[in-house]
Amino acid sequence: MNKVKDHLLQGILWISAILTIVILVTIIGFIFLKGYKLMNISFIFGDYSPTGGGGIWPMIITTIYTIMISLVIATPIGVFAAVYLQEYAKQGRLVRMIRFATESLTGIPSIIYGLFGAVFFVATLNFGMSIISASLTLTIIILPVVIRTTEEALKTVPQSYREGSLALGTTKLQTLLKVILPSAVPGILSGIILSMGRIIGESAAIFLTAGTVAALPEGIFSSARTLTVHSYLVTQEAGDIELASAIGIVLIVIIFVLNLTATYISNKLNKAD
Amino acid sequence: MSGFMEKSNRRKYFLEKLSGKLFLICAFISVISLALIISFVFFKGFRPFVAEGYNFIQFLLGYDWVPGEGHFGVFPMIVTSLYATIGALIIGVPIGLFTAVFLAEIAPKPIVKILSPAVQLLAGIPSVLFGVFGLAVIVPFLQNYLGLAKGQSLIAVIIVLAIMMLPTIVTVSETAIRSVPQSYREGSLALGVSEMRTIFKVVIPAAKSGIMAAIVLGMGRAIGETMAVILVAGNSLMIPTSLTDSVRPLTTNIALEMGYAAGIHQEMLFATGIVLFSFILILNFILAKISAKGGQ
Amino acid sequence: MKTAVQLPKNNSFQPQNNKNAKISVHNFNLFYGEKQALFDISLDINEKEITALIGPSGCGKSTFLRSINRMNDLIDNVKVSGEIFIDNENIYRSNDVIKLRTKVGMVFQKPNLFPMSIYDNVAYGPRMHGIKNKKVLNHIVEESLRGAAIWDEVKDRLKSSALGLSGGQQQRVCIARAIAMKPEVILMDEPTSALDPISTLKVEELLSQMKENYTIVIVTHNMQQAARVSDRTAFFLNGEVIEYDTTDTIFSVPKDKRTEEYITGRFG
Repeated sequence: MNKVKDHLLQGILWISAILTIVILVTIIGFIFLKGYKLMNISFIFGDYSPTGGGGIWPMIITTIYTIMISLVIATPIGVFAAVYLQEYAKQGRLVRMIRFATESLTGIPSIIYGLFGAVFFVATLNFGMSIISASLTLTIIILPVVIRTTEEALKTVPQSYREGSLALGTTKLQTLLKVILPSAVPGILSGIILSMGRIIGESAAIFLTAGTVAALPEGIFSSARTLTVHSYLVTQEAGDIELASAIGIVLIVIIFVLNLTATYISNKLNKAD
Repeated sequence: MSGFMEKSNRRKYFLEKLSGKLFLICAFISVISLALIISFVFFKGFRPFVAEGYNFIQFLLGYDWVPGEGHFGVFPMIVTSLYATIGALIIGVPIGLFTAVFLAEIAPKPIVKILSPAVQLLAGIPSVLFGVFGLAVIVPFLQNYLGLAKGQSLIAVIIVLAIMMLPTIVTVSETAIRSVPQSYREGSLALGVSEMRTIFKVVIPAAKSGIMAAIVLGMGRAIGETMAVILVAGNSLMIPTSLTDSVRPLTTNIALEMGYAAGIHQEMLFATGIVLFSFILILNFILAKISAKGGQ
Repeated sequence: MKTAVQLPKNNSFQPQNNKNAKISVHNFNLFYGEKQALFDISLDINEKEITALIGPSGCGKSTFLRSINRMNDLIDNVKVSGEIFIDNENIYRSNDVIKLRTKVGMVFQKPNLFPMSIYDNVAYGPRMHGIKNKKVLNHIVEESLRGAAIWDEVKDRLKSSALGLSGGQQQRVCIARAIAMKPEVILMDEPTSALDPISTLKVEELLSQMKENYTIVIVTHNMQQAARVSDRTAFFLNGEVIEYDTTDTIFSVPKDKRTEEYITGRFG
């Protein structure tokens, strides 16, 4: 009897795993099959045409803009915040408050970030529906990711490096800049890559803060749409599954490359230990 | 004899103080951001109830959402969000959990080597693409095979959300199961207990808090998902009475109407956001409780 | 610099009669939060001698050593009372720990070279103190490596990673890194506990040479080592100094029964 039950349970495990594989393969397969016909150089580098047949270059540029701006702002703030929490702060109410805030930010859904961005950056600060409003909203979204991964990286730097440096009469700042941060660089990089993935995947928050203008942005105060928002809009407005899937291929390839890079870096990090 | 000690170190101590302050300020930006988000969203969202005489209870429990006539009731959306999330959990959690058990405990190494990174890749894919897939595949399927007039429905939302939360549940539970000490398994196996019984009676209970965290995380993703859901929900304003009804959860209500809403209507969308926010806060609270328990 | 250390309230200490005292400790107490780790330590450490601190694990000898260059400041909730004078200057009264740690170098239990080249490791301290001139740095690096008796072994590979050296070589580069700062005092926290016997012997030989130029305080678990290299020995037990005398006296005619029991191996 027990043997039958064991086989049954084992069967359930196999079936679940096969189901997962089938679902995932179906989705990826579907997107590639639907989208590959549109894939060519002029699709990637061509200008958008509302009547169809155009490319996605404006959205690629917009996506790159949002990634660059958010990372340029969030990386130093996040790294320094992690440095404060790991290297400077004494345990106490202040640290608990900062940690609570950081964890809470992680859990807020992106549509709420969108609402906030719309009322704060777009309306109150009067940046309008624009790349800058979206990027600043994204900055807050990725801040907890950068902080957490940097903290993890700092934790792996041996205490003996700190002691060795401080015992030579150096300051904490010198120790940080010359010994600790250089050792933590791979961990910080993988945090940045994770953040890039998060930005690329984001839709609701950008939808409410950057608007939907489908043209090459003139500057950071222009309204524009990212790749992900574009794939949503062509599905929602035109039901153009082929175009949405073709954009999907581009997105999946980018995410794949980012994942590979992150794995490569963390393998290198493990080897260094 | 000491060659380096004659110089004054005042500049160094000054930089030391300055950098410490700078780092503190950076760390405090999280707090400031959270405070800004809460105060702006809550201020906007509560204004109609405080200044315009709207009743918050009527807002929560009202059935009608007709912005043109000043009717703002989100009860159908609350119900829909709950149904969709619970439905997605019912499908997604067992499949995800069993897949995680499979990967961590009984899968052949080569399968793990391919499948684990593949699932991680899936976790990173923009959720919109799940919506595109849902609209292109699941919705027509429901329409044709279940004979629905309109395939966009609660069940379509549930399936899309279940698929979307799957990678999250698999990766987080897999980590939790892998971190169960090998000695637990050995202890059970040494008593002559079968591998399957060991997995279900010893390993999974030992990984309970991590698995719960995975479920709560998946739940958070499901309840907060917006754009993928818009594509498959149908967006009708009613309390669903069957799985095949066209529905509108809280999130999509905001995204669909923010584009043109103004005045009270816009503020009511922020109020919708507050309701969503409260759900998430409750979830986070549960998650914190679980991880505090896991830490013990 | 953030400091968890309270300054002593009264300064009733009178400079010692002992003219050789480089470091003078008076009624020094240390607390980790509520828990007291050092009790009323008073002793003088002579210039250009090797002073060994011995005692069983957890007796406070390392804690005491780390009080001399204020490395305990790095730990939250550490409080001290009493005084430690170096060259008649109260190190807990002056808040210039940079100056203190420049004057008092330290070598740790495990070699803790940075993940940089050998050259950069030794040049690290001087560079951080503003020396940029390449010629000067070259000179300091060579002189320090020679001083640590490791120059001949590494002179051809100065630019390669320091982490590729053997444990014993790494520890001597750590010593070179410390003496590159031209300190007056060097604290050593069980510097040979992670080394093989041959490397240990090399470091011990080095210590005897270094005595000519530096005041050395060494914590050791190894009583033979204390007997071989040190001039004076302090025996610590449960955070107190039980006995402090010349090494010969401690190891031949200890006054306290507990010292005798420890050095004859009956506990610890």
